Amino acid sequence: MSERLVIIGNGMAPGRMLEHLIEAAPGRYAITIFNAEPRVNYDRIMLSPVLSGEKAYEEIVIHGDGWYVANGITLYKGHRIVAIDREAKTVTSDRGVTEPYDRLVIATGSVPFIIPVPGADLPGVITYRDLDDVNAMLLAAQSRQKAVVIGGGLLGLEAAAGLKERGMEVTVLHVMPTLMERQLDPAAGYLLQKAVEARGIEVLTKANTRAIVGDGRVEGIELADGTIVAASLVVMAVGIRPNAALAKEAGLATNRGIVTDGRMRTSDPAILTVGECAEVGGHVYGLVAPLYEMARVAADELAGGAAGSFVHADTPTKLKVTGIDLYSLGDFADGDDREEIILRDASAGIYKRVVLKDNRIIGTVLFGETGDGAWFNDLKKKATDISQMRDTLIFGQMFQGGAPADPLAAVAALADDAEICGCNGVCKGKITGTITAKGLTSLDEVRAHTKASASCGTCTGLVEKLMTLTLGDTYSPAAVQPMCGCTDLGHDDVRRLIRARQLKTIPAVMQELEWKTSCGCAKCRPALNYYLVCDWPDEYADDYQSRFVNERVHANIQKDGTYSVVPRMWGGVTSAAELRAIADVVDKFAIPTVKVTGGQRIDMLGIRKEDLPAVWSDLGQAGFVSGHAYAKGLRTVKTCVGTDWCRFGTQDSTGFGIRIEKFMWGSWTPAKVKMAVSGCPRNCAEATCKDVGVICVDSGYEIHFAGAAGLDIKGTEVLGLVKTEDEALEVIVAVVQMYREQARYLERIYKWAKRVGTDEVRRQVLDDAERRRAYFDRFVFSQKFAQVDPWSERVSGKDKHEFRPITALAFKEAAE
Amino acid sequence: MSAEHWFDIGTIADIPQRGARCVATPQGRIGVFRTADDRIFAIEDHCPHRGGHLSEGIVHGAAVTCPLHNWVISLETGKALGADEGAVRTISVRVEEGRIRLGLEPAILAAE
Ligand code: SRM
Ligand SMILES: Cc1cc2nc3c(=O)[nH]c(=O)nc-3n(C[C@H](O)[C@H](O)[C@H](O)COP(=O)(O)OP(=O)(O)OC[C@H]3O[C@@H](n4cnc5c(N)ncnc54)[C@H](O)[C@@H]3O)c2cc1C
Ligand code: SF4
Ligand code: FES
Repeated sequence: MSERLVIIGNGMAPGRMLEHLIEAAPGRYAITIFNAEPRVNYDRIMLSPVLSGEKAYEEIVIHGDGWYVANGITLYKGHRIVAIDREAKTVTSDRGVTEPYDRLVIATGSVPFIIPVPGADLPGVITYRDLDDVNAMLLAAQSRQKAVVIGGGLLGLEAAAGLKERGMEVTVLHVMPTLMERQLDPAAGYLLQKAVEARGIEVLTKANTRAIVGDGRVEGIELADGTIVAASLVVMAVGIRPNAALAKEAGLATNRGIVTDGRMRTSDPAILTVGECAEVGGHVYGLVAPLYEMARVAADELAGGAAGSFVHADTPTKLKVTGIDLYSLGDFADGDDREEIILRDASAGIYKRVVLKDNRIIGTVLFGETGDGAWFNDLKKKATDISQMRDTLIFGQMFQGGAPADPLAAVAALADDAEICGCNGVCKGKITGTITAKGLTSLDEVRAHTKASASCGTCTGLVEKLMTLTLGDTYSPAAVQPMCGCTDLGHDDVRRLIRARQLKTIPAVMQELEWKTSCGCAKCRPALNYYLVCDWPDEYADDYQSRFVNERVHANIQKDGTYSVVPRMWGGVTSAAELRAIADVVDKFAIPTVKVTGGQRIDMLGIRKEDLPAVWSDLGQAGFVSGHAYAKGLRTVKTCVGTDWCRFGTQDSTGFGIRIEKFMWGSWTPAKVKMAVSGCPRNCAEATCKDVGVICVDSGYEIHFAGAAGLDIKGTEVLGLVKTEDEALEVIVAVVQMYREQARYLERIYKWAKRVGTDEVRRQVLDDAERRRAYFDRFVFSQKFAQVDPWSERVSGKDKHEFRPITALAFKEAAE
Repeated sequence: MSAEHWFDIGTIADIPQRGARCVATPQGRIGVFRTADDRIFAIEDHCPHRGGHLSEGIVHGAAVTCPLHNWVISLETGKALGADEGAVRTISVRVEEGRIRLGLEPAILAAE
């Protein structure tokens, strides 16, 4: 029988430990986890991007529910362990579950420190530690009132920046004279304060909180000098304490944290501890890099290995506030035995300081330009004697030894064991080695295989440079990088920032994201217009001048400047009346070509632009609406005859196709979307080469997606089988909405799906009912603004100027 | 060259910002463009590549991207920008009190 392993706490440290353990000793333990938080393991570091809106909670989940199931782990969510009985070897939760263990791991993390002033327990005073705190802040932010953050450290500033992004007025109170004084020297602290204030956040230093005031809920803060600062929300971010109380009660040796040896063993040989609650060699930690090292050692210990002990190392600090670059490492206090080298560039807001002792770096502070952080870290870790490069050291790696001023050369010069990703402790050699060994070609793959840049993401640039170095010309970061010549940002970053900073017009995007051209180009403008339509369906005013002519005039331009018109024929079904109306229009406007399209409908080609409104007017009277044959939007839903007629039909494929088309027409998408519904696996509607396809079977509806049959031919992937038409519709709508929200402009579903992974799509829209429903609801909401027939709008006079010349200069022979 | 004649074609407000209209003349179409900063340009409405109507393209800065195959044409010089080679005729424009006038040679207009 497997040994019983019980874990208290389900944070980042034990999560990582389990990954190592499952790899090293699969099946050795029957694992049970108790977590006081009612959720799975997520990336706590990324709470700030969730707060600011740059990420959704779902995006920061490390292990989804499926992971626990797949690995046979029992997870008790929302169970706080209240007692450890070391005699009986059991733990008991506050909800009365008692579980026996052979080995126990305590990973209770930290608790936020609350300054004991009057009023600290008023409603409206919260700490910043977990998702519940973030949700509480988001709720408070809806009121758009005033927030006060107590504490000008990493957490406090991230909270302040997030709340500001969410529209609150924010004041930061900091008791010391400069911000982040534990990580920054006063000069950098000053620059940081300027940068924070430049975002409209008020900063009060030397501000000592005396009391929190309010009648029944928080109304303000009273400072030691009697000043009252108004506040409807108070976030206390003044520090954390290792959460060692439970271990102490159980009689384990504790000091600041739970005392362990280098193999993470506590004073009881059956009990280990990892994470912020652990104290190793007199140190406790508050950043993940050392915790992940603990996790590695503890997993090895549990697996019966002997791969070394935990060794202390300094971890660099970075602030995850978009647009503020700051890096600090090691010890930078002044001292008689120390020397320092400083570089300042006031106009660029750059400050760099390296602290030396015996010609070796012991500390570094960088503000405004942090690219050399990894290099300084490496020199420090290796205790390199820098006397040879002393004069140029501060200018960074590019200036050493006459190396060319090439950013790639700087990365090339890093040693293989130089750390690139601090969060996950991934060094250069591991990244380049894995790229070669596994044949990786994209950043996402490198993240998946090495974890480099998969946590806080600040080292993404370095990882990309390594990819360029390793893959040479075959890796073109250009393919993932700038949207166009007007910006250095890629599509994904632009989409993220549009949401995070609530940018709601094209000029706002261009201003805030520092576009290099005054009004963009024909590549970025249509993309931005789509992103804004998708993200703010109710608020954004569509910018027609940023649409390609086809989407402006709602017809397809032809090589001779005439247009083609394709009305909707729902599901490919038509009638005598419709056909007659088409015939009449063709005669009346002398339309030269009438053709049946590959999408089961009729195309009228060669119509003069000036005639378009009149053509639509006639078609409209017969009930036709635009077929969007020109749109990055829903095109056709092909169907076969299904149960209505076919002797093999299993479901009403025609009816369902029409239902889908009527539900989804009018929606704008990153690239065109084509669908089909076939009544049985003979698949006469060719559903398995569509963006989304349905194959009806006896037991229900098999939903396919990510097919293509144009520039590329690709059979679809199966998303899953559902029983009813209603369920099928919900899944289809959800997958399209997920695509709408995530894809890059002009990226068809199959390319997007390849990037994010079929499994991920399945996980989000099939396995996770709540998420599916949310996608569905967002689609339905946006349809309220999208399902307007553009043809009838134009028949009633919209955009008249598009369809006729401003004037005709008529001379006697003017005949045009 | 014979003297230009100034033809009134309409007002600035008739053209959307970052947009264009065309003027039909017996000699062919002329595209009249209005930039984001309200400058007005006029060029032949006939792409040097394969004759696309430039007035139906996307206007950005002082340039337009042809709707047919994405050549980018400078509104100031009429020349194709980037790697493409070719040019269209530019036409003089005067804006007075919001009205746009094109400077065309009556001789050409009058001719067959
Ligand atoms: C009319 C039609 C051909 C026909 O006579 O049957 C057609 C005509 C055009 N197709 Fe198509 N495609 C037509 C069905 C298809 C199909 C078949 C289908 O939908 O079942 C495909 C392959 C399926 C697919 O998309 O995966 C198809 C793959 C393409 C592609 C390649 C797209 C890709 O990402 O691989 C393009 C190019 C593009 O979109 O950039 C394209 C582009 C075009 C354009 C819009 C070219 C252009 O940009 O001007 C043509 C416009 C003609 C017009 O004015 O109507 N057309 N095109 C069909 C209209 C269907 C409809 O009712 O809306
Ligand atoms: C907003 C924010 C930003 C951060 N940014 C960074 C950063 O940029 N870089 C960085 O390196 N670090 C950062 N950190 C710190 C990092 O998140 C922590 O160091 C790390 O999450 C600690 O992991 P852990 O496993 O020790 O504890 P935690 O992740 O805190 O997990 C402990 C878990 O144990 C549960 N628990 C506690 N007691 C019990 C009990 N009795 N029974 C059952 N369950 C219990 C808790 O509910 C909690 O879920 C940040 C932290 C926060 C809050
Ligand atoms: S295949 Fe499509 S894009 Fe190509 S010529 Fe035919 S209609 Fe045009
Ligand atoms: S006709 Fe203008 S780019 Fe081809």
